[in-house]
Amino acid sequence: MGTALDIKIKRANKVYRCGEILSGVVVITSKDTVQHQGISLTMEGSVNLQLSAKSVGVFEAFYNSVKPIQIINSTIEMVKPGKLPSGKTEIPFEFPLHVKGNKVLYETYHGVFVNIQYTLRCDMRRSLLAKDLTKTCEFIVHSLSQKGKLTPSPVDFTITPETLQNVKERASLPKFLIRGHLSSTNCVITQPLTGELVVESAEAAVKSIELQLVRVETCGCAEGYARDATEIQNIQIADGDVCRGLPIPIYMVFPRLFTCPTLETTNFKVEFEVNIVVLLHDDHLITENFPLKLCRM
Amino acid sequence: MLCVSCEQYFSTIDRNKYIRKRHARSRNYVSESDVYKLESVPLDFGDYHPLKPITVTESKTKKMSRKGSTSSTSSSSSSSMMDPLSSVLDGTDPLSLFAAAADPLTATASMDGIRKKRDKDDNSAVGSDFEQWSSKRSEILSRYTTTEKLSINLYMGSEKGKTTTSGSAVSEKVRTRLEELDDLEEGSQKELLNLTQQDYMNRIEELNQSLKDAWSSDQKVKALKIVIQCSKLLSDTTVIQFYPSKFVLITDILDTFGKLVYERILSMCMDNRVSLSDNFSPETVNDTAKETCLNWFFKIASIRELIPRFYVEAAILKCNKFLSKTGILECLPRLTSVIRGIGDPLVAVYARAYLCRVGMEVAPQLKESLNKNFFDFLLTFKQIHGDTVQNQLVVQCVEIPLYLTLYSPAIDWILQCIAYRAPEVLLTEMMERCKKLGNNALLLNSVMSAFRAEFIAARSMDFIGMIKECDESGFPKHLLFRSLGLNLALADPPENDHLQILNEAWKVITKLKNPQDYINCAEVWVEYTCRHFTKREVNTVLADVIKHMTPDRAFEDAYPQLQSIIQKVITYINDFSLLFSVEKFLPFLDMFQKESVRVEVCKCIMESFIKHQQESTKDPVILNALLHICKTMHDSVNALTLEDEKRLLAALINGFIKMVSFGRDFEQQLSFYVEARSMFCNLEPVLVQLIHSVNQLAMETRKVMRGNHSRKTAAFVRACVAFCFITIPSLSSIFTRLNLYLHSGQVALANQCLSQADAFFKAAVSLVPEVPKMISVDGKMRPSDAFLLEFLCNFFSTLLVVPDHPEQGVLFLVRGLLNVIQDYTWEDNSDDKVRIYTNVLHLLSAMTQETYIYHVDKVDSNDTLYGGDSKFLAEISKLCETVIAQILDHLKTLGKEETLKRQSQLALCFFNTILAHGDLRNNKLNQLSVNLWNLAQKHGFADTKTMVKTLEYIKRRSKQPDMSHFTDLALRLPLQSRT
Repeated sequence: MGTALDIKIKRANKVYRCGEILSGVVVITSKDTVQHQGISLTMEGSVNLQLSAKSVGVFEAFYNSVKPIQIINSTIEMVKPGKLPSGKTEIPFEFPLHVKGNKVLYETYHGVFVNIQYTLRCDMRRSLLAKDLTKTCEFIVHSLSQKGKLTPSPVDFTITPETLQNVKERASLPKFLIRGHLSSTNCVITQPLTGELVVESAEAAVKSIELQLVRVETCGCAEGYARDATEIQNIQIADGDVCRGLPIPIYMVFPRLFTCPTLETTNFKVEFEVNIVVLLHDDHLITENFPLKLCRM
Repeated sequence: MLCVSCEQYFSTIDRNKYIRKRHARSRNYVSESDVYKLESVPLDFGDYHPLKPITVTESKTKKMSRKGSTSSTSSSSSSSMMDPLSSVLDGTDPLSLFAAAADPLTATASMDGIRKKRDKDDNSAVGSDFEQWSSKRSEILSRYTTTEKLSINLYMGSEKGKTTTSGSAVSEKVRTRLEELDDLEEGSQKELLNLTQQDYMNRIEELNQSLKDAWSSDQKVKALKIVIQCSKLLSDTTVIQFYPSKFVLITDILDTFGKLVYERILSMCMDNRVSLSDNFSPETVNDTAKETCLNWFFKIASIRELIPRFYVEAAILKCNKFLSKTGILECLPRLTSVIRGIGDPLVAVYARAYLCRVGMEVAPQLKESLNKNFFDFLLTFKQIHGDTVQNQLVVQCVEIPLYLTLYSPAIDWILQCIAYRAPEVLLTEMMERCKKLGNNALLLNSVMSAFRAEFIAARSMDFIGMIKECDESGFPKHLLFRSLGLNLALADPPENDHLQILNEAWKVITKLKNPQDYINCAEVWVEYTCRHFTKREVNTVLADVIKHMTPDRAFEDAYPQLQSIIQKVITYINDFSLLFSVEKFLPFLDMFQKESVRVEVCKCIMESFIKHQQESTKDPVILNALLHICKTMHDSVNALTLEDEKRLLAALINGFIKMVSFGRDFEQQLSFYVEARSMFCNLEPVLVQLIHSVNQLAMETRKVMRGNHSRKTAAFVRACVAFCFITIPSLSSIFTRLNLYLHSGQVALANQCLSQADAFFKAAVSLVPEVPKMISVDGKMRPSDAFLLEFLCNFFSTLLVVPDHPEQGVLFLVRGLLNVIQDYTWEDNSDDKVRIYTNVLHLLSAMTQETYIYHVDKVDSNDTLYGGDSKFLAEISKLCETVIAQILDHLKTLGKEETLKRQSQLALCFFNTILAHGDLRNNKLNQLSVNLWNLAQKHGFADTKTMVKTLEYIKRRSKQPDMSHFTDLALRLPLQSRT
């Protein structure tokens, strides 16, 4: 390979916040001198929305994908057309992370129907004979801390056959009593979700207890809005027939990139929920749902 | 020139056949020894030891030195040098010396390292007295085995079915992400069924290897997948009796993984090639390393299943050090409570054991989570008797007692971690908690195996009480008594309880039906009995063991345990008369009916006897018993026995023979030796020892009688001699036989048994022709000539004092020996024959002296017998001439180009002999010596230095009285210069 283009962001974790300066270097390595028509660097940030096939028709989903919402976009010319010496050339750059007008730098989020992504793209334009070179590199934006917003909201819960909804034959259900609590449904995204769960009694043996983290994405568009819930991850907290009366810890780390502070805008919404799923040995499945509110401190 | 002159010499001899002249110069040994002997310097033997650093022990030699004389070699070194070994080892070992020498200012970096390491050892809570996991490992692997078929189920495929449990749509993207973690190879699913235990272990080892391979080829994700899949196997409890071993195998992989991750992150922390010190703080860790570390933790936190998530996180617990100071402190309690989610109590307890193991390694100072683990375990203890577990056991056909023993390694380990350097109060509390639970036998057993022996021993009676109360159907009771016995072997219970403890324990042990259970218990308790009680109790215990193990030949399956019982008994009872008065000891030995084991046991007993027996004994009980034991060892020898084994057995028997003494009752001593000979005829070293012992006995008798044998003692001594004479021929090694003949002959001579001595010497002479050219020394074939030469010289020295037999001719033995030497087929190109002849000349010259240089007390040698009779002297001269002729003949054959060097050496050697022993006033001899001198120098092979020194010596000698003829001789000896 003749010429290689690379972007190195200064921070190892590539995390920046609004108002900070994104800095780094573009590295060009080549054995020979490189002739080029100019090197430019573009910073882009956008929200991509997609309509699910479930809420609108398949064709609409394909065609009617909503236009991306641009959050930030700026380009700088790093090097004027000319020649670069052979070997390794490092060109430093700095981008101040500022938005124009009333736009907000949403936190990076990789979802199914909503994607918020920030990229740096470096282009080296070259003569007709040689291909243009491009290198893209994602960096991550964390939203500013939301001061004073977090109020702890502990939740106690009890699950018995009686508390269940959507039961077809309540009589065939084995008897059980599961108690527990979540430390808070208002969560700091960097802190794990915690709580405790006690299987006080259960006629049938417990097979597994799981925490299911679910995202609820809502996209608004001209035709109305679509709301979809999908699983992010599933964490088993109990395996097998656990000891009765012994508190089992509820503990889940929020995965990076796939979660973000709960987001509500005019065009789209990103919310999160957790399901506590108890699977009994006779294949009964008991789910208890808790909406969460995530924020960044 | 020389050849001519030699021939001339011979022709003169031939012509003057009957005119003999003295060849040997006459010697006055007394005055010579006065002149040459060392001036004696008093030596303080008080603190003299050859291995101690030599202080000055000087010996002055008179300036006069003489070639060919042995008396001038100094006997002690005059150096005051320190022994190099002792000077190094003086005081402390080199390392500590090094450390002591280093002071803080001058210490180098490496010294710093050493000191830091030592400091760390002091600070950390785990010292060398903590029994490491590695030592438990193999024990578990060998104990928990199975013959059932095992299976490894690696779900390399995705878990597509399982992720959709919520019923909500799972997008492809999420799925891919999950699969990334769960897949090992895209879409593959391996299920290996019907594996034997060995196959299973091999597979696991393969996985371990592929983990390392993946890591080194930078496939970190694949490595993680392997580890996850492996730890998943730990949630599988089919073939439950193998679970402890499975745990050992798989945690090995986890340990490997933990180490790989830690080392990788540590290597990322290297700034300018300076790696972090061992106790670095998180602030010094750079961002890249921290980010990598965080990535690992995030990745692991998203593992779906509980058990793999727990194990993998525990495996990299140490990496928390990179992120924050308190990381481990926070992590341990959390992981401890995570285990509560594991439903199967066996799986859970092993998870706890692993956490404790990692915890002790990474942060031994954090004791709380160890305790919490144990308390959590107690809380879930009731699960063991729950339906889920019971159903599982029914399916697998596993009995409850067996199932409970599966817990032992894990609980033992947890308790051991807790008990390590723990205060007494804590241990008491732990015990109380265990007591409160029903069926606490399992816990009790673990408490006994994990807590300090002193702690247990002090409460022995309490423990016995608790053991008695235990439920019969649960954990096997004999294991409990065994554990208690193990503690009592290490630490002593209160004095007053000694007997009661034994009574209580043995009451239970003796009721055990299964011989294996019984012997396992008894083996342990024998040590306690031996420690604290007398022979009576030991006897009772042994009798009980015999009673239990004899029916149905149960002892056949318990040899190791029985062997260990014997070992314990002989460790504690060193007094052998006491040991053999234990009535049941010998009947106990009779249980070892398999020969190899029997011999092993006998060896142990003999080793102990040789080690502990201080004084020689004639106790008939000991003798009978040990003879029996030695006979057993001896009888085990057959054609297939290895040489080493034979040597070992012989050494043991010899050790015994040496310890037997009947004091002044020499006859009984001899009859013991006779008996021993008949018993141990297959072990040559023993026969050799017996011959030496009998010879010693004869000399002892002589000493007692002060050399004057009475009729009775003379007969006894002859009996001794006869013993040797008939024993020697049964030995196979020819040199052993030769030396023993010679040695026994000397003993016979010393005891005035002249004809017997003659018989020995004749036997030796007639044996010489049988000496093979090559003999086997330490398993290698070596030429025998050096040995033969040595023996013959020794023999000549003895022959000097052997008087001629009145009915045989003059010098009968010497002639006989000469004939044998003449006929012996010597190696071609070897000068050994000539060297021997030169030595014969020494003998002959000594024989012509008026008074011999030494005598045997009360034996008249030839000097007294013949009184310098001229016929006798002529006979010797005749012999001399023949021998000289032989030597010269040989010198002549060495005239070829390639043998000239040897010729020169031999000539000089011969020259020296003549110079030392010959009478050089004899013209012919004088001429011969000059010729030899010239011959030695003729072809330039002579060492000039030696020649010069020899000449100097001659000149010096010439100054002595009666030596004036040396002056002429010196003039006739030209020195050839090199050029």
